[in-house]
Amino acid sequence: MDIFLQQILNGLLLGSIYALVALGYTMVYGILGLINFAHGDIVMIGALVALSVVTALGTSMPVMLVLLIATAAAVAVCVALGLIIERTAYRPLRRAPRLAPLITAIGVSILIQYSAALVWGKQYMSLPEIVKPGKIEFGGAQITTTLAFIFLLACAIMAALLWFVKTSRMGRAMRATEQNPDVAGLMGVDTTRVIAFTFALGASIGAIAGVMVVLYYGQGHYFMGFMLGLKAFTAAVLGGIGNIPGAMLGGLLLGLIESLAAGYMGDITGGVFGSNYRDVYAFIVLVLVLMLRPSGLMGVSSGDRA
Amino acid sequence: MSTLKAFDSARWVKIALLCVVLVALPFVIDATLGRAWVRIIDVALLFVMLALGLNIVVGYAGLLDLGYIAFFAVGAYCYALLASPQFGIHGSFLVLLPLGAMVAAVFGIILGAPTLKLRGDYLAIVTLGFGEIIRIFLNNLNRPFNLTNGPQGITLIDPLQAGGISLSKTYTYDGFAIAPVHLYYFVFLACALLTIFISLRLENSRIGRAWVAIREDELAASAMGINTRNVKLLAFAMGATFGGVAGGLFASFQGFISPESFTLLDSVMVLCMVVLGGMGNVRGVVLGAILLTALPEALRYIGPLQQQWLGRVFIDPSDLRMLLFGLALVLMMLFRPAGLWPSKTRQRELIGIDATEKAGG
Repeated sequence: MDIFLQQILNGLLLGSIYALVALGYTMVYGILGLINFAHGDIVMIGALVALSVVTALGTSMPVMLVLLIATAAAVAVCVALGLIIERTAYRPLRRAPRLAPLITAIGVSILIQYSAALVWGKQYMSLPEIVKPGKIEFGGAQITTTLAFIFLLACAIMAALLWFVKTSRMGRAMRATEQNPDVAGLMGVDTTRVIAFTFALGASIGAIAGVMVVLYYGQGHYFMGFMLGLKAFTAAVLGGIGNIPGAMLGGLLLGLIESLAAGYMGDITGGVFGSNYRDVYAFIVLVLVLMLRPSGLMGVSSGDRA
Repeated sequence: MSTLKAFDSARWVKIALLCVVLVALPFVIDATLGRAWVRIIDVALLFVMLALGLNIVVGYAGLLDLGYIAFFAVGAYCYALLASPQFGIHGSFLVLLPLGAMVAAVFGIILGAPTLKLRGDYLAIVTLGFGEIIRIFLNNLNRPFNLTNGPQGITLIDPLQAGGISLSKTYTYDGFAIAPVHLYYFVFLACALLTIFISLRLENSRIGRAWVAIREDELAASAMGINTRNVKLLAFAMGATFGGVAGGLFASFQGFISPESFTLLDSVMVLCMVVLGGMGNVRGVVLGAILLTALPEALRYIGPLQQQWLGRVFIDPSDLRMLLFGLALVLMMLFRPAGLWPSKTRQRELIGIDATEKAGG
């Protein structure tokens, strides 16, 4: 029973990180109809920047301050990167046939990966032990205070984002652009600015997610954005792509599914599908959703899009 | 394509010249650049087949497939498992290559089916996942029973052999040695030419036109009576078939395969070949495949050059290759979306965008 609870907790934690990354995919997709393949790699850059900062500062300052500086640096770098990508690679192709921006996105993704390999090298970078977290007992299962903090922070960010999109002026402009960019433009919305803002917002949330990934796994790698991006995209599709609450739900669900499957499928199948198949489950979920309910759990089916 | 007016002598002279060049090529290269480059040409021919297969899916039908290398893997493992000491089976390639092609085609249909009703970008991500999944399975299927030998891969794969002739031996006629790389060159050349021929014939066939119609406007295509489901599945199956055959040839040529040969980056490389050369244009794709096989080999010299000029190796040549691939994809889409050697329809479609966009509303 406690193992089960432990798996659920782990799944929710992992899921909250997936959800944050999925937000970046879903917001950009909602507005541009583009799968921003490079988003996973932006998260990776955020993670590696944070790792470098933490490694450089070490224990010279209080832990919270170090983490805060690392997160700020990651957000700054990622927002800049997101804006540059949007400006140079996607904006010129806004009116191009669908295949063109998609191929560009793949190109950008590879460029970021190998630039990161150039800057940070190809080995795994591990997080210095600066935090000595306490443990929280929770009905027979336990999690560290760091992870509990990650989960709460992720929830807070999601709540803030929902509130922002629902109530703020920019949020309204984002929703209008999503529904119809041309008409939104006629109504006085500067759609170009809104799109750039969406990229920046997605990148900054992605950067924070990157820092969380580093804290969760304790390491980073130039290729880590690939699988993370694939899973986050799956989460976005699961919840209904383009739908912000959907991405959150999808992320949490996917985290749970993956954690439970990796924990129990090995026993169920007599060790055949052990935890080395962990990365397969997200993909199976993706294919099942696409076959059974392509509009996702919370999405509205809209003919062309899904 | 002009087929009937082709019977003039100038054209025949050209064809004869081309034949002579193609036959002499491996021996000339061998004598000048060395045997390593003959091997590179062999690999280039394999990539020509792969790129043409992907061209059917991406270029003709406009379905972005990011896991294409999986079909190559399926074909390669199909051959390797049934022609190696792994199970002690040593089948003939005459059976195994078509079998590999068929299995790959089935995989193509399995992969294509769930995404048929969806937009192209879903397909991209599903195929991307599919390619990775195949690799994960190949990596882990050494338990519960040893099917693929896991990360170690399969070794001692039989070379192509039939009727006492084996392509792994060197044959000497009057002191003129024909090495395995030369023999493989001719087999690969024949297969590549066949692939080119099939691609060209498909382009203007009923099916080929149906693919282009779907690429340009799926709704209109289905209104014109095209069974979009079957035609799209056919594109997948057809593309996968080419990949499967190329995979079988690759396994026999290398004598060793492991999951590491079939990563996402290989898929991206084949996609680069198609995009760089010109999606939908056979000549362009062939050019792209040859360029992108030769270029990384040439880049290998950059490592020592850095050492010599700068004192140390700053950029690992294989990383540099990937950086250039990424950059090439972005720049091609921004500045020359129809490729280096574009097809006419594709050019109209990708460059005259604003006109069609406005006309189409």
